[in-house]
Amino acid sequence: MARRFLILVPYLWLLALFLVPFLIVLKISLSDPEISIPPYTPTLDWREGWAGFTDFLSQLDFENFIFLTEDDLYWKAYLSSLQIAGISTVLTLLVGFPIAYGMARAAPDWRPTLLMLVILPFWTSFLIRVYSWIGILANEGYLNQFLLGIGVISDPLTILNTQTAVYIGIVYTYLPFMVLPIYSALEKMDDSLLEAGEDLGCSRLSAFWLITVPLSKAGIIAGCFLVFIPTLGEFVIPSLLGGSETLMIGKVLWEEFFNNRDWPVASAVAVILLLILIIPIILFQRNEQKQREAEGQ
Amino acid sequence: MADAARGKPMPHQGIFEPWTDPVAKPLIQFQNVTKRFGDFTAIDDLSIDIFEKEFFALLGPSGCGKTTLMRMLAGFEAPTTGTILLAGDDISPIPPNKRAVNMMFQSYALFPHLSVYDNIAFGLKREGMPKLDIHARVEEMLRLTRLERFARRKPHQISGGQRQRVALARSLAKAPKLLLLDEPLGALDKKLRQDTQFELMDIQEKTGTTFVIVTHDQEEAMTVASRVAVMDEGKLIQVSTPDVLYEDPRSVYVADFIGDVNLIEGKAKPSGDGIDLHWAEGQPVLHCKTAKPFGEGQTCHLAIRPEKIAIHSQEPEARNKLCGKILDIAYLGNISTYHVELPSGHVIKAQSANTRRIARRTFTWDDTVWLSWTDTAGVALER
Repeated sequence: MARRFLILVPYLWLLALFLVPFLIVLKISLSDPEISIPPYTPTLDWREGWAGFTDFLSQLDFENFIFLTEDDLYWKAYLSSLQIAGISTVLTLLVGFPIAYGMARAAPDWRPTLLMLVILPFWTSFLIRVYSWIGILANEGYLNQFLLGIGVISDPLTILNTQTAVYIGIVYTYLPFMVLPIYSALEKMDDSLLEAGEDLGCSRLSAFWLITVPLSKAGIIAGCFLVFIPTLGEFVIPSLLGGSETLMIGKVLWEEFFNNRDWPVASAVAVILLLILIIPIILFQRNEQKQREAEGQ
Repeated sequence: MADAARGKPMPHQGIFEPWTDPVAKPLIQFQNVTKRFGDFTAIDDLSIDIFEKEFFALLGPSGCGKTTLMRMLAGFEAPTTGTILLAGDDISPIPPNKRAVNMMFQSYALFPHLSVYDNIAFGLKREGMPKLDIHARVEEMLRLTRLERFARRKPHQISGGQRQRVALARSLAKAPKLLLLDEPLGALDKKLRQDTQFELMDIQEKTGTTFVIVTHDQEEAMTVASRVAVMDEGKLIQVSTPDVLYEDPRSVYVADFIGDVNLIEGKAKPSGDGIDLHWAEGQPVLHCKTAKPFGEGQTCHLAIRPEKIAIHSQEPEARNKLCGKILDIAYLGNISTYHVELPSGHVIKAQSANTRRIARRTFTWDDTVWLSWTDTAGVALER
């Protein structure tokens, strides 16, 4: 009995904090907008009993989802988000792998310190950290002042409010999510494997590709998902650093909710986003499980 | 395994003794090799010749430099001074991936993401060998190490003993001139280790490869090797066949390191064809035959193995005899070791085979007994 209860707790938690909210969002996405509180219709009136419930159901429709397909803003936003998330994931991997590699190869005494340095930014608010990039990347920002000062450029670079600024912001913010899983995979690797590779005729480079990379594969995949999934719905970074030309679904969602006050369309956008995310999330969990099975031996 | 080895002459039992042949060309030559790590001297001006088809053991306590010596052969370390020749050529400028030398690692270092088959094929693929040839060679290695059934398994899906054989197969696949084995049996339990020792010898014989094995286990070195090099603090102490190492050690260090030994220190006095050893007040003088010249009053250590000392209840007729009391008995099943305390306080170990059941044992604790040995049983050592 007590055991069943214990198992029940996480299920109740998921039910209350994930499934119920999702069903509410799903319901709103099937509703129509209206100027009232709440700003959609229909709402379920329990006092009318069964007739009221069937009436309520009959008023739900997929109008908003059809609307999403008609206005090309939305699918462009989805595609653009996928693209930005994909490119940022690759960029983060390119920056993160050498960092993780360097950390794993560092003297054991230094590793905790290096790990600390990677985690350290989490101690400051995410919002503040993204804001401070405005100060760095702006036309009169530190970066331009520095480059002008040393004479590399004669006119300030326009970085803020471009895609470049968004990529910088995303790579910076999500770097630890890439570094940590790769580091943990590389750190477990036995150095004698590389020596064995060399002994059997590998050059240093081919030993890296044939041994180091395959052995850190699980870490690389985990890191990529951990960056890709949140980046896809990212809202803060594109709206603070990206300016008006950056189209991302998170921003569209925000505008539907707060500028247009069209909750049903916004909810429809959110439901589609969730459906897009479910595929990588399932793949991610598969990877994690495979990893656990491999280690469980 | 053991059956395969039984009945065949072991290399050191046959006439395989290239080190005694003055015209034989060594496969490996260390010439005054020194290796320093900062202030620490790991290898100290060491010279050694290893011949083709030898099973050569480097034996010593941890930190004696034996692993460094092996890593220099593999190419992972370069000598600070001196040269290493492989088949007459200096190998220092050749990186590890270009050397005709392969190594079996202590941790086995099997690639966890590759199957047994692909682990063995790894080195062959790097050579760019044609696919069919690779397949044939891998199958041959699998047969040699009796791993045919496990070819498709990953390293974590097989036992420790099987992993050890995969590591051996992988390092042999490229048919190296020289195979290095770094504590190859260290991770196995005792029974499996003994079986595997014979298997190793068998494989060494079949493939005709020169093996250099590093071990801290003297029994292992004695079992497998044609010659054993005892090392300490970066120097070679003695390089000999196992039987010479055991029966005729050149120093107290070797006598003490290999097997069990009684060491009796005293002053030598030349007498006849050997020396008389004056070693303790009130104890009889011991006689030992030796060809080594000892000066009158020179310090001498008499090294004598416990199994060469007989134990009696009555005073025997013998050249060397001592009387004492049994302090302790170590019963090992097949043999017992008696610790006999002499009136002078010295403890002498004597071993005898348990030819009778334990209940009928002749001697027990606190019995007064006589120990005796002949004048050729011991070795007189200067240091």
